[in-house]
Amino acid sequence: MTRTLQIVSPGALSLIQDGGATRSRALGVPVAGCLDRTALILTNALLGNAENAAVIEVRLTSPTLRASGGPVRLALSGSLSGHIIAADDPDSRREVRPWTAFILSDGESLKLAAPERGGIGVIAVDGGVAVPDVIGSRSTQIKAGFGGFQGRPLQAGDALPLLTPDAELPRESLCLPDGFDLGDGPIRVVAGPQEEYFTAEAYQTLTTTAFTVSREADRMGFRLEGTPLKHDPAKGSDIISDGIAPGAMQVPGSGLPIILMADAQTTGGYPKIATVISADLPRLANRVPGETITFSLVSVEEAEQAARALRGRLDAAIASIAPERRPGEIDLEALYTTSLIDGMVDMRLADHFPGNLYTE
Amino acid sequence: MPVEIEAIRPLADTAFTLDLAPAAGEDAARRVHTATAVLNAAIADGRLPGVTEVAAAFRSVTVHHDPLRTDRASVLKAVVPLLEQTTPAAALTGALWTLPICHDTDLAPDLADVADRTGLSPEDVIARHLSTDYSVYCIGFLPGFPFMGDLDATLRLPRRTSPRTRVPAGSVAIANGMTAIYPWESPGGWHLLGRCPVPLFDSTRTAPALLSAGDRVRFQAVSRTDFDQLTTQAAAGSLDLSQFRRTGDAS
Repeated sequence: MTRTLQIVSPGALSLIQDGGATRSRALGVPVAGCLDRTALILTNALLGNAENAAVIEVRLTSPTLRASGGPVRLALSGSLSGHIIAADDPDSRREVRPWTAFILSDGESLKLAAPERGGIGVIAVDGGVAVPDVIGSRSTQIKAGFGGFQGRPLQAGDALPLLTPDAELPRESLCLPDGFDLGDGPIRVVAGPQEEYFTAEAYQTLTTTAFTVSREADRMGFRLEGTPLKHDPAKGSDIISDGIAPGAMQVPGSGLPIILMADAQTTGGYPKIATVISADLPRLANRVPGETITFSLVSVEEAEQAARALRGRLDAAIASIAPERRPGEIDLEALYTTSLIDGMVDMRLADHFPGNLYTE
Repeated sequence: MPVEIEAIRPLADTAFTLDLAPAAGEDAARRVHTATAVLNAAIADGRLPGVTEVAAAFRSVTVHHDPLRTDRASVLKAVVPLLEQTTPAAALTGALWTLPICHDTDLAPDLADVADRTGLSPEDVIARHLSTDYSVYCIGFLPGFPFMGDLDATLRLPRRTSPRTRVPAGSVAIANGMTAIYPWESPGGWHLLGRCPVPLFDSTRTAPALLSAGDRVRFQAVSRTDFDQLTTQAAAGSLDLSQFRRTGDAS
């Protein structure tokens, strides 16, 4: 029997996504790809996958999955948790925690709670979801209806294709011991590409007032509410359409910005006041309608430095991947390797006792 | 004269846009097409490490790069001399196409309105639309959607004041001095003059988008019978696309 991951219930919007396309813009095809690259990279790392392997990206609510035709190894991002239900015991509950990789045995179901705070959740599978590569990516192109699993969001009854593993899957659960914190503070942006279309007051507004994520926030773009950003009246609010990168903040005539995300069209005709730096896109993608956002301006060089710093933190997190210790278990390795005498006395050291026994 | 860079516009740490001409049009298209070809060749033979894609727009190119493999200063240092050493092509060098269009009333819902607004007869509107060899300026808005120009000056109209929520796939449309073909059913605000039966985008083809920036397109009116036959062949996957390619003379 072919090994598949069955979708028992799909959640609000569950999509197959990977690192996105890299050479699709000449075709007018959005780059797509997982909105939270940190979650993509870390969940794949927990499974030993290539870092851009195709995963299930979930938003707002979570799916229930079942392993069929063999065991499946899964990894959950930091916003996801849930429990495993045994095939022969619907009342059984084996908890699974965020930032862990574990086995879902043949016939077992994984019921996941909604992503914490309603942001992005990522579920990686061993070897990556084995949907066909279309135009250099396995990501779902929702609007055009291709890529991913049959070009659409997952539905109940779907059976996701998996690769046949080279060897027996490891049984041991792994985790990121310290999790991974995206941090907080203002979302950092670089001014431009159309800086001259905006007044100094607009930049003042952008960096000193809070904006709220509106209900129109999806994979194409996040529409924000707040104080309108004023165009230079001499320039207006139309440009000759030019290229877009994820994070570009376009401002139509209303003055209310739209931050373009991975599924945005490849060119745009509204002036763009600023662009969110790549290191802060995962943090932005996890914001939900009603939440407020503030922005700060940085230079291109600072943005590049932030990208390298984020990668450094990701690499450190990957290096820290360790067997998962569940509550009540004794961590033998920790017992042997950590300093048992830390904070205690070492009788061999002469100066340990306040009175010093060995005085002259 | 080299391809001149009029402005460098940052898109944070992953891309920048280079403006190559003051306005959209044939001249801008030649510069953009030349720059795209030069930069893509440089990517292909490893001279632009860390650059992932060069995307063409009407009068600019956007250079996308990986901030973990390179930085903007290094990319600019490599890209600027490449463009400075290049002379824009005298003409677009892309493929030449003759694409069928059927103007039957049900396929051309805005033909009468365009005639009214331009003071031309519907036959005149059609004749003027067919009279031009269009340049594909860029692909955007939707996968495979070609922005083409320049349109005959008498046919210049702004977009419709109320966009349609559903423009049928294959619709040939005009607005803002340009013409286009909708590859997909989608919302749209352009004026619909007819329908083209050739599928513009198919993700399963080796070249998913039929047209590329720098191609040239001429429309040829076909009867409803021919249109229906081509549509049937396209639906069956048996339509030979090479029949729409012209060779030789670009005039």
